[in-house]
Order: sequence, then C-alpha cells, then structure tokens
Amino acid sequence: MADEDTIELVREIDVDKYKYGFETDIESDFAPKGLNEDTVRFISAKKGEPSWMLEWRLEAYRRWLNMEEPKWAKVHYPPIDFQAIYYYAAPKSQAAPKSLDEIDPKLLETYAKLGIPLKEQEILAGVRKQGEPSRLDDAIGSEYASGKVAVDAVFDSVSVVTTFKDELAKHGVIFCSMSEAVREHPELVKQYLGSVVPQGDNYYAALNSAVFSDGSFVYVPPGVRCPMELSTYFRMNAKNTGQFERTLIIADKGAYVSYLEGCTAPTRDESQLHAAVVELISHENAEIKYSTVQNWYPGDKEGKGGVYNFVTKRGDCRGHHSKISWTQVETGSAITWKYPSVLLRGDHSRGEFYSIAISNGRQQVDSGTKMIHLGKNTSSRIVSKGIAAGRSDNTYRGLVSAHRKALNARNFTQCDSLLIGDKCGAHTVPYIESKTSTAQFEHEATTSKISDDQMFYCRSRGLSQEEAVALIVNGFVRDVLQQLPMEFMAETQKLIGISLEGSVG
Amino acid sequence: MFLAFQYPIEIPGVATMQFLKVAANAQRKARGEKEYTVPEFMKHVRAKAEALNINQDMLKRAVNVGFSGGEKKRAEILQMAVLEPSLCVLDETDSGLDIDAMRVVADGVNALRSPDRAMIVITHYQRLLDYIVPDKVHVLSDGKIVKSGPKELALELEEKGYANFVGQAA
Repeated sequence: MADEDTIELVREIDVDKYKYGFETDIESDFAPKGLNEDTVRFISAKKGEPSWMLEWRLEAYRRWLNMEEPKWAKVHYPPIDFQAIYYYAAPKSQAAPKSLDEIDPKLLETYAKLGIPLKEQEILAGVRKQGEPSRLDDAIGSEYASGKVAVDAVFDSVSVVTTFKDELAKHGVIFCSMSEAVREHPELVKQYLGSVVPQGDNYYAALNSAVFSDGSFVYVPPGVRCPMELSTYFRMNAKNTGQFERTLIIADKGAYVSYLEGCTAPTRDESQLHAAVVELISHENAEIKYSTVQNWYPGDKEGKGGVYNFVTKRGDCRGHHSKISWTQVETGSAITWKYPSVLLRGDHSRGEFYSIAISNGRQQVDSGTKMIHLGKNTSSRIVSKGIAAGRSDNTYRGLVSAHRKALNARNFTQCDSLLIGDKCGAHTVPYIESKTSTAQFEHEATTSKISDDQMFYCRSRGLSQEEAVALIVNGFVRDVLQQLPMEFMAETQKLIGISLEGSVG
Repeated sequence: MFLAFQYPIEIPGVATMQFLKVAANAQRKARGEKEYTVPEFMKHVRAKAEALNINQDMLKRAVNVGFSGGEKKRAEILQMAVLEPSLCVLDETDSGLDIDAMRVVADGVNALRSPDRAMIVITHYQRLLDYIVPDKVHVLSDGKIVKSGPKELALELEEKGYANFVGQAA
C-alpha cells in the first residue's frame, strides 16, 4: 500500500517544487530583527514570563556572546548573520483559542495542504471527533483505531491548539506549550529546565536558551502510563524566522510516555536557522520513547535555500532501570547537525538510538548519538542507517563512553550506509572510550551500494527504477522503521520514496 | 515476460509478499488493469503458494535472504505463477536442485503451461526434461541456434554429447 503511494507521490513531485512549499498569509507579530539583550527582553515580555525566566534567558545570552560556533562537523555553509534573523514571530490572532472553531481557518488550511493524511490532521481539522474511528485505520490498523493521538500544534512560534488536554489531565499528565508551563507550572520548569542541556552547553543550545519561543512541555506523574501518544507538529512559516523550540519531557518514577514529533516547512530562498533543544528526563523505572520524522525543506537542486537544523537533543536516565529511546527519520534540511544522546546515570538504565538519515541533492547530514555510561550495568543500543544519494554527504558521528564506575556497561552499535550513485559520500566516525575493563562495546559497520544485480532483478519483475530503489531502501531501513509507531511507519515509507526521487538514472 | 534466475538475488528487509505485490501491481498497471487490493492479493498469493507446496512463512521472509537453493527456485516459480507472464524464461532452474525440489519446480512449471503462454527452459541436462516435457528443443552454441528438433533431440544429445553440434557450427 505504501509503495504505490510512494510512486504516486514521486510522480507528482518535482525536485524544485517542494511539496510543502507554500506560505500562509497570516499577519505576524515580529520582534525587531537581530539579537541583543533587548530582543531577549522583548520575547520574555511578549510571553508574559516571570523575572526568573528572563534572568535565565539573559544568562544564556551572555554565555552565548562568549562562545564560538562549532566547526568540527563535516558540513559546509556560509557564515550565518545572527543579526539578520527575526527571533520572534507569532500569528497575530493568538488570543488563546478555546476550541477548533476559533482557530484561524488559514491555519487549518495549511495543515490540510500539508497533505499528511495523519489522524492528527483529521482531529485537528475537526473532521473527526475524538474517539471516532478513522477511515485510515484499514490501512494501518493499530492502537490508533480509537484516534487517541494528542496534538500540540506549533505554528511558527506559538502553540495554537492543544487537544486532548482534558483526558490527559484526568491521568495527571501535563501536556502543554512551554510558555504555558512557565506560567502554570513554574516549580517543575525551574527544577528541570536546563538540567540536561545547560544554558552554556554548546553554541546553539545557548542561543536557544536565550531566545526560545515555544515548544512542548510534558510531565507524566509517578506510576502513570501516558494513555496516548503525544504528538507535535513544528512548522516554520514566517520569512527569516529562526525557530527556537524548547521541549522538556519528564517521566517521573515508573511512568511511561511516547512522544512523536513531525516536521515540514515551506520553501524559502534564504536559509532558515533552526536550533531546537530537547531535554528528556527519565526517573527510576520510567521510560520515554521519542520519535521524530523530519522533512524540512532541503534546498533546491543546487543546494540553495533549505533549512539549517542545528539541534541539541539529550536524555537523562536519572533513576535506576530507567529507559530512553530515540528514533529519528531525517530526510529534510539542507544541513543537519544533530546528536540525540542519552546520559545513563541510573544503574541498569538503558539508552536506545535508532536512526534513518537520508540525504539527496546537496544535503549535508552530520548526525549520530552519544551514549554516556555512568551507572552500573547500563546498556545501550545504536542502530544507524545512512542513505546518501545525489551529491550529498552523510556522516554518522557517535560516541560511546563508559565512566570508571560504569561497571558492566554494554553497548551494541550497528552503522550501515547505503550509497546510491557515485557522487555522494557516506562517512562513519565512531568514538569509543572505556575507562572500565568490565565494559563490553560492540561496533558493526557496513557500507554498501544498491547492486546492479538487485536493480536488474527488480526491473525484470516489472518494477520501475524508482519503485525498485524505494523498495530496496525500505528494506535496508526496516530494522529502524519497525521502531516507529505504526502511524509514522506508513508515512515514513512514503517519505523515503519522495526523498530519493531523481537519485538514479 | 518473466525470467527465472539461475541465482536469484537477495533483497534484505523486503518481505517476499511485499515484493510480489509491488511487482504484480506494476504489471497490472502496465497492462492497464486495476491494481490488486491487499486482501485480494493475499488470497491470490496464498492459493498459488499452496499449489506449489510453499510454506506461508516463506512469504514473510525477506526476498531470497537465507533461502536454501530449493526454496529460492520455488520462490522463483511462485513469482512466475503470481505474475502470470505470457513468456517465461527459466535459466538453468534445475541447477543445485535435488530430485524432490526439481519435481516441485517442474510441477509448478507444468501447471502454468497453457496455449497462451510460451516458455523457454534453458538447461544442460535431460533430467529436468523428464519432468518438463518440451514441445521443441533447440541447441544453442555461440549465441546461435545450431539445431532444432522435437523432444527426442534432447535424448539424442544426452547420448552423444554436444560436440557434434558445436562442430557443425564451426
């Protein structure tokens, strides 16, 4: 089913006509261009933040001033003029909508245009009420049958609508925008914000800490299994708006939460900067599963335009037997700089990282993970599948380290790269550091090409070249695809086909 | 047209069922027919697999990955049965098969024989032809047909070897 759709979509789409390249004309409320203390104050005031939050931002800004852009990644881009960016833009009609009817129809239209036939979309657009079965269920058939996906939609910088809040509240789960959390749950925010990724962690994290506009906040109380998948759509819309999302997810003792994040962005000529920070905190016996599908505008054939994605994502397994699992599918962005990591502090804690990174055209991907083993009997697993096509560069960069006291740390790493064509590059840069003799680290890596034999075999069965590539690549990434929630899986199979369009022949 | 490979290629991660479906639908599209729906297709394949004595589990495994020689060949015949081509080319399908497997393959081929379907069976040995009785035999040397005849020609070959014909061609 997904395969035919892939082909269908591939046919419809032209490289230059990025499917999601349209701009919604909604009046924006801009902060003055550029960055200085006043910008930070403006953002903070705009959001009605308490003074401690402002101080926190200013502290981050001051640190940022003294920091340098990291240059070690294998990516190339012209210098970014941080003074030429708008740091805040919010749709004007943002007086806290109470229901879907109050939402600017243009926003809903935008979601419709995105053409992602997800159930979030249905719910969001009010086509279907909560709990009603969706006609999509035949195709996917899963726990989604009940349509239980809570959506926190981020349109540019302000969370526009949060659904399912009441049902979540019944279980004591807090799922709201970051700005709301700062106002409503300051004690939690104060306690956890920056506790995994501190203000001065790195250049982009500092920038984010100073000017972050919004994002999602999740708190799952002790012993609660979050009754539904939480989902967010990030979407950049206003011209020249850097998007600085801040996400904070806390699973208290024995809690479980699964969070999905999906992204698309409209076409833009000037490159857009995206520097998000995601912090996950997993207490004892708790589990957080974080999945991302990222499909931002990669730029045109020559690599012009496209999103710069410089993201800091880190999880902290704070208690014993805690678990954090990252799953990511990266198909978009001109440049990706992203290393979702796990700090394994609690004894017996477990970190997982599953990644599919696809690059085509002139895209540059430098992505991977860090597994820092600190507690005893900690284990981690890394499965990374990189697919490079066109003239793209795809780098896996990973660190697995065991602290002196991390007795019996275990890691298994598998890094597979697939090359399509002869003008692309795949690179693997694994760092392994072990300070204890009891650690057991395994690393497996392969690099392969789609063989002519495989192509011939598929072609002899009547598949077109593009169908064949989509099929083979989907097979290649299968291990990781299976980690995704069902709903993302179907969408991702399509995405893979679209991303690789024009990569052969 | 369908080519049964002498050494079928492995495609890791792609379930045989999925592969069959993509291929079958590609064919249907090319012929201007409506594509299969999922349940329709599953039924179609299951029936064919049963007829060929193929385990349902095999359909879930990745295409040819970890298949034994016999399984690979049977999978090829299954593909042929599902895709219903008008011309089939079987390239040394008998190589690497034991007697039982060859019988299964031959039965599959025979079941597909029909007046609307041409089949070219390429082999070095008479043995396969005991099971698949040919209508015509051609001897190919250096890319040319050097001799054609009825099925008895194969028997004659088995007795006298190819040397005579190769000599004629030279």
